[in-house]
Amino acid sequence: MQVYKRIIPCLDIQNGRTVKGTNFEGIRDAGDPVELAKLYSKQGADELVLLDISATNEERGTFLPIVEAVASEVNIPFTVGGGISSVETARKLLRSGADKVSINSSAVKNPALITELANVFGSQCIVVAIDIRKSGESWVVHTHGGKRDTGIDALKWLQKVVSLGAGELLITSMDGDGTKNGFALDFYKEAEQLVSVPIIASGGAGTITHFEELFTQTPVTGGLAASIFHFGEISIPELKNELSKITRIRN
Amino acid sequence: MKIAVIDYGAGNLFSVQQALKRLGKEVILTRDEAEIRSATHVIFPGVGHAKSAMKQLKDHGLDKVIPTLAQPVLGICLGMQLMCGWNEEGKLDGLGIFQVRIESIQFQFTNLPIRQFGKWQTGSFEGKSREMRSNYPVPHMGWNDVQIDGKAETFYFVHSYAAEICEDTWGIASYPVPFSAALKKDNFYGVQFHPEKSGSAGEQLLNQFLAL
Repeated sequence: MQVYKRIIPCLDIQNGRTVKGTNFEGIRDAGDPVELAKLYSKQGADELVLLDISATNEERGTFLPIVEAVASEVNIPFTVGGGISSVETARKLLRSGADKVSINSSAVKNPALITELANVFGSQCIVVAIDIRKSGESWVVHTHGGKRDTGIDALKWLQKVVSLGAGELLITSMDGDGTKNGFALDFYKEAEQLVSVPIIASGGAGTITHFEELFTQTPVTGGLAASIFHFGEISIPELKNELSKITRIRN
Repeated sequence: MKIAVIDYGAGNLFSVQQALKRLGKEVILTRDEAEIRSATHVIFPGVGHAKSAMKQLKDHGLDKVIPTLAQPVLGICLGMQLMCGWNEEGKLDGLGIFQVRIESIQFQFTNLPIRQFGKWQTGSFEGKSREMRSNYPVPHMGWNDVQIDGKAETFYFVHSYAAEICEDTWGIASYPVPFSAALKKDNFYGVQFHPEKSGSAGEQLLNQFLAL
C-alpha cells in the first residue's frame, strides 16, 4: 500500500514560543510549542516539524528543552531544524528525542554535511529543507530564512541533495508562505519526476481545497502548514475528514 | 518488572524511554550484560546505519549477549534488522536470530526484470517504473497498515531496507511488495515500524509486549 498522506503542522519556534509570519516576515505569537504539539498530535496530525528560528545564541539555548519536552509528551514522529551545521548538533537533537533533523542554509554552504549526517545517522533521518522562489521560468533556492538569493536552480539542487544522501525533502515555496494562495503544484509535479525520496510540500496552504489539489494533482506524500492550524482557520480533524473522501488518510 | 533498553550508542533511546514512561513504566538504559540478563523484558532499539550499529554492538560484546537472552526481547527498526541474517546495507551478517535477509526496498523500481526479495519477477511493473517511483518513494516513510495477529493496525515506518516474508513473519505490510513488518521466534520479537512513535496503536503493542 502507499503510505497515508501526511498532514504536518509546523511550529516555528523563537525564544521558547511558537511564532508565525507572512512571507517569512511580520512575526506574531502563536502559543506554547509543547502545548500546541500535544494538541496537534491528539487531533490526528501525522507528524510535526519544529523549526528553531532564533536569531541569537542565547535564544538557541531554549530550543533543546522544548525538543525534550515534546518527545516526552507526544507519541508521533517529529523533525527538528534550524541552525544545524554539525554532526554534534544533530546528535544532541536526535538524542533528545527528535526523529529526523532538517538542514537548510548549512546544506547550501557545505553540501558535504548532508553526506556526513547520512553516514552517521542514516539517510532516513536527514531532511533537506529547500526554500524556493519563482524567478521568471525557473525556481531559485533561497537561504537564511528566505533573505538570501543563492542563484541556485531549485530542480538541480534537489537532485544534488538526494544524491548526497538526503532521505526526504521539505520544500517551501516562499511565494506561497503565509499567503494562503495554494501550494506550488507545478514545482512539486516537476520535482517528483526527478527524485525518488518523499517530499513534503509547504507554503501557501489556506483552504482544504489546497490540500485536495496537492494530494490529487501531485504524488507528494506530505502537506505542511502553520498559521491555518495555529490560528484555528482549519482544524486537523476537519481537514482529514474531508481529505479521506478523496485520498488515503489515517483517521 | 524490570525493563532494560540496550544502550549501545545507536539510536532513539530517549524516545523509547519516554514512550514507556507514558505507559507508567520506568526503564533502565544499559549495555551491561548482568543488568540486561536480569531484566524481565529487553528492548533493542536502533536508528542509523547497520554497519556502525553492528560495530558498536561488537565493541560492547552485545552481539554475543543478545542471541542468548531467554526473556522477551523486542527489536525496533534497525534493532530488528540486526537480529536477522545477511544485511545488505552494512554488507554484513546480523545476529541470525531470525533467518531472513535484509534487503533494500529501492531495487523494486529499477528496470525489469525486477528482483523481489530474492525472486525474479517479470512483467508486473513493466512501463510503470516512473509511476511506481513516484507512488512509492524510498525511504518508506509514514503511516502504513500492518496485518498483525489477525488485525489491521496502522504504524509509523521510516526505513529503506526490509526483511522479506519468512517463517518467522508475525506482521505483514506492503510497499507495494509484501515484507515482514514484524517478526517473532520463541522469546524474540522484532518490529520494523516505530511503536514508540505510532500513537495509540504503538502504545498497545508495547503494552502487549510488556504483558508477556
